[in-house]
Amino acid sequence: MNCRSEVLEVSVEGRQVEEAMLAVLHTVLLHRSTGKFHYKKEGTYSIGTVGTQDVDCDFIDFTYVRVSSEELDRALRKVVGEFKDALRNSGGDGLGQMSLEFYQKKKSRWPFSDECIPWEVWTVKVHVVALATEQERQICREKVGEKLCEKIINIVEVMNRHEYLPKMPTQSEVDNVFDTGLRDVQPYLY
Amino acid sequence: METDLNSQDRKDLDKFIKFFALKTVQVIVQARLGEKICTRSSSSPTGSDWFNLAIKDIPEVTHEAKKALAGQLPAVGRSMCVEISLKTSEGDSMELEIWCLEMNEKCDKEIKVSYTVYNRLSLLLKSLLAITRVTPAYRLSRKQGHEYVILYRIYFGEVQLSGLGEGFQTVRVGTVGTPVGTITLSCAYRINLAFMSTRQFERTPPIMGIIIDHFVDRPYPSSSPMHPCNYRTAGEDTGVIYPSVEDSQEVCTTSFSTSPPSQCVFTVTKAHFQTPTPVVTDTLRVPMAGLAFSHQLSSSRLSYQPAALGVGSADLAYPVVFAAGLNATHPHQLMVPGKEGGVPLAPNQPVHGTQADQERLATCTPSDRTHCAATPSSSEDTETVSNSSEGRASPHDVLETIFVRKVGAFVNKPINQVTLTSLDIPFAMFAPKNLELEDTDPMGSLHSDGSSGGSSGNTHDDFVMIDFKPAFSKDDILPMDLGTFYREFQNPPQLSSLSIDIGAQSMAEDLDSLPEKLAVHEKNVREFDAFVETLQ
Repeated sequence: MNCRSEVLEVSVEGRQVEEAMLAVLHTVLLHRSTGKFHYKKEGTYSIGTVGTQDVDCDFIDFTYVRVSSEELDRALRKVVGEFKDALRNSGGDGLGQMSLEFYQKKKSRWPFSDECIPWEVWTVKVHVVALATEQERQICREKVGEKLCEKIINIVEVMNRHEYLPKMPTQSEVDNVFDTGLRDVQPYLY
Repeated sequence: METDLNSQDRKDLDKFIKFFALKTVQVIVQARLGEKICTRSSSSPTGSDWFNLAIKDIPEVTHEAKKALAGQLPAVGRSMCVEISLKTSEGDSMELEIWCLEMNEKCDKEIKVSYTVYNRLSLLLKSLLAITRVTPAYRLSRKQGHEYVILYRIYFGEVQLSGLGEGFQTVRVGTVGTPVGTITLSCAYRINLAFMSTRQFERTPPIMGIIIDHFVDRPYPSSSPMHPCNYRTAGEDTGVIYPSVEDSQEVCTTSFSTSPPSQCVFTVTKAHFQTPTPVVTDTLRVPMAGLAFSHQLSSSRLSYQPAALGVGSADLAYPVVFAAGLNATHPHQLMVPGKEGGVPLAPNQPVHGTQADQERLATCTPSDRTHCAATPSSSEDTETVSNSSEGRASPHDVLETIFVRKVGAFVNKPINQVTLTSLDIPFAMFAPKNLELEDTDPMGSLHSDGSSGGSSGNTHDDFVMIDFKPAFSKDDILPMDLGTFYREFQNPPQLSSLSIDIGAQSMAEDLDSLPEKLAVHEKNVREFDAFVETLQ
């Protein structure tokens, strides 16, 4: 099985890195999260409800929708924060990239460890620009907002191609496909 | 069996499409309400959330959508459209977007209805949630208010894009193949907004709510009335009375089956129930925290009026300062309402009142009344000893009082002949004065009629300073801090020009001297004229 790979590129100012990354990652995870599975007898299961919430960006004229899950948000913010720090500390040309990979676990026989097989990878390439004046920053706010709108449309286009998605697992295999560690939602393993 | 399955699948599919259409409308309209939407995830399936997404149902929107659908479903040549337009306060309107839910003939016979189609419709709704925030109309809708409002209209039939102007753009939200056709959801939006500065529509949000009451006449024969996109729903627990629905409200309780892929079985159980609420044919009242609006269903009109100051009684935060005199035997105290929680000084006794006093009590705001009622028994040590200058026991005597508040912004000046400059002090403590009080001040101060003149000299002896913490000042760190300044300069002497006697004298003198002055001016007319000409 081939892994689907999508690349998104954004040029942002330093303080916009976090919000731009979160907007993209949350939009992807919105589409790749379901409600919590509740398995019943006879191999049936029911699915919980996914809530959503709008998030206004402070440094970009943009609003994105994310899954209403504080745990998921915290996890993403942590990772994006680390990425932002790494980008800042690396100096250099202000280029960096971060990948969100969805994978399936495949149980292997002993002594081999479980395999992680990616089936979709989203790569976000960030180019950090430095701006001198407030007017430039204001223009950047609007421009980056428009660019992010285009990115969201791109993401939605890919999502709606309805290409490969892991099959719905049995109860014993659900952890191989989904991240069941969150309390309120269940994203695919990433 | 296969036929039964197909018919069951057909029923399920029709139901999915119907509720997908209704949820699509909800998502679009709610995204144009002008505020952020937030719904909660629930790990336990409630059975009432179609497509496993928490999308609230605004009753009016559901009603309008059902009215537009009129029992039909989107099919080839019959699309469900949601038109979003902008209407300015001058009455000009402009179409911004047309969201279309269409069906074409391309069928996918192999697809599993109750599993794949359902999940893909859920995904499509998520995409719709994301896309509704990225079209230009979203930012406009977030700024709607006095200058313009966003309206929606639902219609069924042919898509009408002519109102979008030239060069409109289209974004496809997504498609879902079904055995009866392919569902496509797309949006055509006006792009010349991009050239309009959104600053043109920037405004500060209104303090009070917006009253919307309008229709837009549409040129199309199948026109339906426009509705404003600023409906505010109450929470589910506010006892909202919803209109009855024509058909039973269906709840989709989905349970999925896991099995080897070749034997995938999916069962859907549904519960049918009637809307438990009574029929509303006239007025719908939906109380909200601090806001109330009435919804006249019969005319599809939405008026939106926040309760005037119901919200504000806590928010106004008036650190109102009252001043009143106390008589010797019945010291009174004025309560200070406001959310900053000033330390009220308790009256020793309830207001010893005539009816006038009782009425004044009644003019208190509810917070005052509560506050007042609560304090009579408290803080004996904070009472003030009053001293009416005339020593009368009548409650009509001028009252003296002390107020203590920790913070404050503005002082509400009682309507009285107050020469107290202390009332100009925006913060709490000030010395009580003998005041001539004319009437109850609007904020409901508890004071009796100030009929006595009241001496102005011996006020300082008759009160005990309890506490004085003016805001923004440190406690006695500096030799001359803010509190000391207040105390020292609280009672300046009255300005001579304000004294009546002096004023009266000067008035008489002025009148007597007028003829002489006029005569002098007449002599100098030519000089004045020359001066005026130099100015021109």
